[in-house]
Amino acid sequence: MAVAQRQTSPQVAQGSSDGSWHGIVLQTLKRNEISLVPYVPDRVLTPLIKNLHADPFFTTFATAREEEAVGIVSGAWMGGRRGAVLMQTSGFATLANVLASLAVPYQIPLIMFVSERGTLGEFNYGQSLVCRTMRPVLDSLALEHHTITRLDELEFIADRSIKQAVTTQAPVALILNPLLTGGKTFDK
Amino acid sequence: MSSNMDNRNTKVMNRFDVTSRLIGKLKHEEAVIGGIGNTNFDLWAAGHRPQNFYMLGSMGLAFPIALGVALAQPDRRVFALEGDGSLLMQLGALSTIATLKPKNLIMIVMDNGIYQITGAQPTPAASVADIVAIAAGSGLANSAWAADEEDFERLVDVAMSAAEPHLIAVRIDDKPGVGTTRRDPVQIRERFMHGLGVREPL
Repeated sequence: MAVAQRQTSPQVAQGSSDGSWHGIVLQTLKRNEISLVPYVPDRVLTPLIKNLHADPFFTTFATAREEEAVGIVSGAWMGGRRGAVLMQTSGFATLANVLASLAVPYQIPLIMFVSERGTLGEFNYGQSLVCRTMRPVLDSLALEHHTITRLDELEFIADRSIKQAVTTQAPVALILNPLLTGGKTFDK
Repeated sequence: MSSNMDNRNTKVMNRFDVTSRLIGKLKHEEAVIGGIGNTNFDLWAAGHRPQNFYMLGSMGLAFPIALGVALAQPDRRVFALEGDGSLLMQLGALSTIATLKPKNLIMIVMDNGIYQITGAQPTPAASVADIVAIAAGSGLANSAWAADEEDFERLVDVAMSAAEPHLIAVRIDDKPGVGTTRRDPVQIRERFMHGLGVREPL
């Protein structure tokens, strides 16, 4: 896997050399000059959030709701600064209105990272149900989305998707599957 | 602070008049984000500027959008105009702004206590809550009711030379907006980006 990663991502910067998924996401954000990262936290995203806070390149902070974060990065884009939003599956489920009334019609390259709960070992029935609403909502607006399951494909998908979002002025959702992150498992 | 939170002695003003007074004071290409409905209709009617952004949906996001602009362009003053009903949808944004303390963000709340555009139904807050008290309780120390038009202009002047975010609440009448924004979202966004110097026209 390490060899494949080097082949597909020759320009992985230092800091993601540990090869972790969150290290690759952080360096891909940085290389694409995405410096504003509001989020609503998720257990799986914790190491990424922690490292974003530790890196002075990033302005990263929690918002009360996911749509608030979408509004913030949309305003920042129009002001000339790139951003991305981090959230959990259940948070994505709150976004249909802002996607359909702001990001899509105003042609804003909204970059979303969604930590996927509700599948591959989910222990909360509600989470598994809300997960099933995510892709139909994305497809109903014909939004680009990718489910990332493999570490050796992460950098390629994230880097290309960010560049495509910016150049086509269209939102993209990058869904971080438990096969990539380990997910959240039942732990009493 | 308690006198600032008390809106019983504030004059009932008019949204279009107050908006026009604000626009008349802007001399440095300040950005203005107009919230959904009558708020941006009156911003439009006050005279289009390239630095105006008009929302056509996403109720409640005028302050978050303005925060994003403010974080992207810290040397430009950014105003957000929002209705009380819209703000009630996104009260958490007040705390986000209070935490980040952008020095260039000024929030104006047009409070008529009703959803005017849908048939003037009272908001759930209309007879029980105080927008300025909510803002102050959310961490925005510089929050005040405008007592009348002159006081509104004075508060805007104070906010424009301040180093912390300010919120100004204005009690307004139940009149609809006097114009109608042209609903062309791509052109609105593109012209706004030109107005902010982010892009050149094709």
